[in-house]
Amino acid sequence: MSLTPEEVKKIAHLARLNLSEKDIAYYTPQLSNILDFVAHMDEIDTTSIEPLAHPLDLPQRLRPDTISESNQRELFQSLAPEVKVGLYLVPKVIEEA
Amino acid sequence: MLKTIAELSQDLQSKKISSLELTQFYLNRIKELDKDLNCFITVTEDEALAAAKAADEKIASGQGGRLTGIPIAQKDIFCTKGIKTTCGSKMLHNFVAPYDATVVKKLKTAGTILLGKTNMDEFAMGSSNENSHFGPVKNPWDKDCVPGGSSGGSAAAVAALLVPGATGTDTGGSIRQPAALCGITGIKPTYGRVSRYGMIAFASSLDQGGPLTRTAEDAALLLNAMAGFDEHDSTSVDLPVPDYTATLNDSIKGLRIGLPKEYFEGLNSEIAKKLEEAMREYEKLGAQFKEISLPAMHLSIPAYYVIAPAECSSNLARYDGVRYGYRCADPLNLEDLYKRTRSEGFGNEVKRRIMIGTYALSAGYYDAYYLKAQKIRRLIRDDFVKAFKEVDVIMSPTAPSTAFKFGEKTSDPISMYLSDIYTISVNLAGLPGISIPAGFNSHLPIGMHLVSNYFEEARLLNVAHAYQKVSDWHTRTPTGI
Repeated sequence: MSLTPEEVKKIAHLARLNLSEKDIAYYTPQLSNILDFVAHMDEIDTTSIEPLAHPLDLPQRLRPDTISESNQRELFQSLAPEVKVGLYLVPKVIEEA
Repeated sequence: MLKTIAELSQDLQSKKISSLELTQFYLNRIKELDKDLNCFITVTEDEALAAAKAADEKIASGQGGRLTGIPIAQKDIFCTKGIKTTCGSKMLHNFVAPYDATVVKKLKTAGTILLGKTNMDEFAMGSSNENSHFGPVKNPWDKDCVPGGSSGGSAAAVAALLVPGATGTDTGGSIRQPAALCGITGIKPTYGRVSRYGMIAFASSLDQGGPLTRTAEDAALLLNAMAGFDEHDSTSVDLPVPDYTATLNDSIKGLRIGLPKEYFEGLNSEIAKKLEEAMREYEKLGAQFKEISLPAMHLSIPAYYVIAPAECSSNLARYDGVRYGYRCADPLNLEDLYKRTRSEGFGNEVKRRIMIGTYALSAGYYDAYYLKAQKIRRLIRDDFVKAFKEVDVIMSPTAPSTAFKFGEKTSDPISMYLSDIYTISVNLAGLPGISIPAGFNSHLPIGMHLVSNYFEEARLLNVAHAYQKVSDWHTRTPTGI
């Protein structure tokens, strides 16, 4: 179960990480080793086992659908890299026709 | 200042010392020693002195509780309103949290004084504190050695007497392993016992906060304040919190302690010897030992390194350079903004785990990795459930070795992952576990790990305290500190 540099490139893209050729050469054997190690899981047959999503096997708690938080837009936006008139700014997404 | 939180609490209540004097004392120690040790990312001197004055007034008016005026430190993973909260990452190097984590709020309400925020492996991913953007923390017992991780700053600060107690978080051993490597006490409570609200998420089904202190008694005092239901955490469990100090001195006569045979095969002989000595002490106190088996345990690290990275890749998707934290310079377009922000803002270990998790969750691989790991997680949990029908507590070493040298494991991620071999299964099962000092191998501390059934933190603290009453390892301090 070894990853190819092309696969690492694809994974990096899915994770929105920018990797140079040098980075890819660095991560490819490391990630392959980790996946080889993880493959020890295949030593046992788990066909009839139910997956355990929550360590205590408890369901998610529900709450009444009521407003519980106040609006703190100014406080939160004071942390942002770039805002204007109450909006978060990012590079232009839609090109002009 | 060798005194424990319990002793300092008495001194404060009897006005032998003021909180202001105590706070100043620890701030001075931080100034003197932390340039070298690097336990703190942020020291909140002004806020601490103001809070200490307020605590003294409260004590003077007779309204002080057991923790009023006690200085503590928060791991820099807990959001602190108006105070920088970095999670050990360049990604959050400039993040001033807009709210307090529930743990922070609760410890504040209990009257503790925040001295500052402690160093940690970036986003709590690591076992040596070498993954911090703010530089490694040195182990006070040997400055060429790591303090463990990820709560390495908290553990080293308590061991070096820079603070009498600190918080940590534990996803695979991040409270217990550094507690062991620094010769102190650290407890990871049952999943759901301590609120995760405002505790920056790494792997949400595994993360749990807890205290690091010198003694089990101090851990009980801090856990009293930290534990409890929180409506802001959807996995918080709504069960009453006992007074953990009330049962510390209960007899442990008849206590059944299980020894997993899988854990003692090939164990380092010095660590095995120290555990045997502890067993003899427990036998004198009336405990009985029984060999047990946890057959699926060898799969806990493989299963963990699917589940934790999968949850991490999902949790860390929020760091996009748009709403807070680091943003790359001059992004060309939105994709470039995301990609360069994340590549420049995250360190190597975080990137490795994000990529493993992304792969494990990507189309076509879900069943082979995540689902398989969750099935193994049930087998691991079931092994513990079965064992706790026969025994009350399970004993093992906390870590396979004492503190290791800087750089020793950084080039081989898997050798680093194996540092958590005894602790990780406890997170997968969601059980409580504690590490307490059990001696030394040459000059480096050895940790003993005790695990109990769900929500039996009181029993763990009782069993740990019983040993600390007949041993003095927890009272030792590093030379030159």
